[in-house]
Amino acid sequence: MSPQSVAAAFPPVDQHYLLQARQMQALSFSVHIPLVAFGISFPAMVLFVEWLGHRRGDELYLTLARRWSKVMITLFAVGVITGTVLSFEMGLLWPNFTGTFGSVFGVAFAIEGFSFFLEAIFIGIYAYGWRRMSPRAHMLSAVPIVITGVTGSLVVISVDAWMNHPTGFTLRNGKVTNVHPWSALLGNSYLWNELIHMYIAGYIVCGFIVAGCYAFGRLRGRWGRYERTALTIPLTIAALASPVQMLVGDWVARDVANTQPVKLAAIEGLYRTTRGADEHLLGWYTGNHMEHAIVVPHLLSLLTDHSWNGKVVGLDSVPANQRPPVNVVHWAFQIMVGVGTFLALLAVIYIAVRVRRKRLPDSVWFYRALVLAAPLSVAALIAGWVVTEVGRQPWVVYGVMRTDAAVTGAHGIVVGYGALAASYLVVACGLVWVLRRLARSPLELRTDAGSHAAAGTELEAA
Amino acid sequence: MLQALPLIFILAGLALYAVLGGADFGAGFWQLATARRTEGRRVREFAHHAMGPVWEANHVWLIFVLVIFWTCYPKAFGSIMSTLAVPLFIALLGIIFRGAAYALREGAATHEESGRIDAIFAVSSILVPFALGTAVGGIAGGRVPVGNAAGHEWSSWLNGTSIVIGALAVATSAHLAAVYLAADAAHDRETELERSFRLRGLGSGVIAGALAIAGVFVLNGDDHSLFHSLLSGRALPAVIVSAVVGLAALVLVFERRYELARYAASLAVAAIIAGWALARWPTILPNLTVDQAAAGHDILVSVVVVVVAGAVILLPSLVLLFRLTLTGRFRARELTVVETTTVTRPALRAGLLARVAVACLIAGAGLLNLADAQWAHVIGVTCLISFVGIAFCAIVVPALDEQASSR
Repeated sequence: MSPQSVAAAFPPVDQHYLLQARQMQALSFSVHIPLVAFGISFPAMVLFVEWLGHRRGDELYLTLARRWSKVMITLFAVGVITGTVLSFEMGLLWPNFTGTFGSVFGVAFAIEGFSFFLEAIFIGIYAYGWRRMSPRAHMLSAVPIVITGVTGSLVVISVDAWMNHPTGFTLRNGKVTNVHPWSALLGNSYLWNELIHMYIAGYIVCGFIVAGCYAFGRLRGRWGRYERTALTIPLTIAALASPVQMLVGDWVARDVANTQPVKLAAIEGLYRTTRGADEHLLGWYTGNHMEHAIVVPHLLSLLTDHSWNGKVVGLDSVPANQRPPVNVVHWAFQIMVGVGTFLALLAVIYIAVRVRRKRLPDSVWFYRALVLAAPLSVAALIAGWVVTEVGRQPWVVYGVMRTDAAVTGAHGIVVGYGALAASYLVVACGLVWVLRRLARSPLELRTDAGSHAAAGTELEAA
Repeated sequence: MLQALPLIFILAGLALYAVLGGADFGAGFWQLATARRTEGRRVREFAHHAMGPVWEANHVWLIFVLVIFWTCYPKAFGSIMSTLAVPLFIALLGIIFRGAAYALREGAATHEESGRIDAIFAVSSILVPFALGTAVGGIAGGRVPVGNAAGHEWSSWLNGTSIVIGALAVATSAHLAAVYLAADAAHDRETELERSFRLRGLGSGVIAGALAIAGVFVLNGDDHSLFHSLLSGRALPAVIVSAVVGLAALVLVFERRYELARYAASLAVAAIIAGWALARWPTILPNLTVDQAAAGHDILVSVVVVVVAGAVILLPSLVLLFRLTLTGRFRARELTVVETTTVTRPALRAGLLARVAVACLIAGAGLLNLADAQWAHVIGVTCLISFVGIAFCAIVVPALDEQASSR
């Protein structure tokens, strides 16, 4: 794994602001990924609620589904923008990466483009088709949204899996040849654990955020049948997915240990290749060891190798300039696992009360914890991606192309970074404002005939 | 031929984006242009509602163009994106604010609020086509050399050709939108609105035509080789088609035949894009031919397969959306009939489901977390996902029943 193992499309450039370029990419990604979580899971929830409404002939579910679908569309519209930002940045920030490898992973984005397109088309039909189409046709129009939400993210995750575990091409004298895009993307063993980990995360994040909103409402005294229903459905999904995510996470970690041992070493702050390695919780990595950490003897070997004295590869297996920044990766991992454990705990409490006592928990502390769980689940999601992407550094394509060889030679990265950050701040404030407005518009459980002619008028009346 | 096929997809995507996305940008333009007039508010409301359902769909064309470009001509893509980083980034900021304003408008309660949001929307609707037009001008004028940011970061897009193409993009968008909105107003029998949009359509069409003619002179002084190849040989028919059809579009607007006018104007835009490609053929950038820039054979075949397969699914869906939108179905009154046929449901065996779910959980954990074989992991993951699904039914159905009965 020599640093110059690939001959890039363009000669290397001298870019002083590589770190800022990476941060700009990370910012764009962190803004986009919670929207992806909603894109994966929310359409299915909305469709489920609408189906309940038609099946049970209960207006309450239809009202809920319709209000949720407005949120879904708003978030999709924002997701189109943040997704466009990401596809621009592939070229604006990393022209040498797309210039060299664009053809290897590009097919995935072509499929993603079509998925996105179909999703946009049917989300338009679904949004404007409420009560203008038969229930069956309207629900059918949501099915492509559910499917494309899955396929679109599947192929994008396949690109990330490929960047972490590049396959499907040969390097001959530094030239990328013999490219097999399908086996590179879909035949990649790394795809499946990333995919499943992310999908479950999608349900957890979306579930806890939606439930968190209604938990907040309960603390403010809004607690009718409508709110209880709106809390029960997403919370049940998230509560069931959270414990499963811990099991899946263990599987993912073992795969990382096998294919990207240096990343695992950074996660654990393990400098020397060790037999019977200890697990370090919290702590700070300085001078090639962990300080102030809680040590659990042999646990790391047990987890990664299922044996008491299993060998775990350390950071010293590669030269210093091929190691990721340890503390960023280590702490991102601690946050992800810590939050994940908290969410699983909350989930167990909910399921136990629900199953044993056949009701929702009563304690005000449970609902306070639920409100807290909403932002924490997003933090865990982003932290998880920090582990994957920062843990891959200094490579953009693991072991093949370094990030500093991929960056643009253009000036003004800092200006772009600042402008993008400022814009996102403005848009975030706007989004909070509009979601609050949507939440505040009065419920119309007993709609009188033809009171609203067009989507949006009921909001203007508010 | 295979090497050029994706380029045709890209140019077609670009033309569709210019026509469909352009109409959206133009609607934003008219929101600004009518902001201070008494009728302005009505115009703005109308423009906002008319573009509603198709809004997201039109803007995915841009993503399509980018993606096919970097997959099939990675080296050219890297060169263009790095040299033209500034105008493309400006366009990106415009896209962010435009989309945000569109999404935020749902929350506007008063006319002042929606007016302010519309102003942001309108300014960015002008900025985006202008910036993208200057970038196209940079590529067309041969100012993007092969390399990582190898061209000049300012003069590559701040030059006569770029600015004329940027302005032309704005004028064309305004024209397309005005014709589109005039047709909609005619369909809704809003004579007042129709008249004002018809006038706007004529005005913006004349301006677009004047800009196109001015562009020819600017090009002559700026990039004589492109000027020469546009007006000679294989590109000439495309230029003539564009001019004739553009003129016909104006006549059709005058005659109130908006549907045909829209197609004519779209054809004029497509023809000028085709003319540009023909004039530059066989190069994609200076000293880089299409054949040299193209990715390997397998990749091009994969992309063509994906695009064709995608189109088979996409086009009927798109036709459905446009038909529902253009026939005014989405502006119709809502039906008030609520189905109240309560289906008698068989009693759910929640207890049995719960036991199956727990069995799935245990089996899944064992196979995924203790076993090492790949097949075990596959079954394990399936078990765990089944656990979530089955347990969801076991918990949610009785919970909802209980909530419904205690209303």
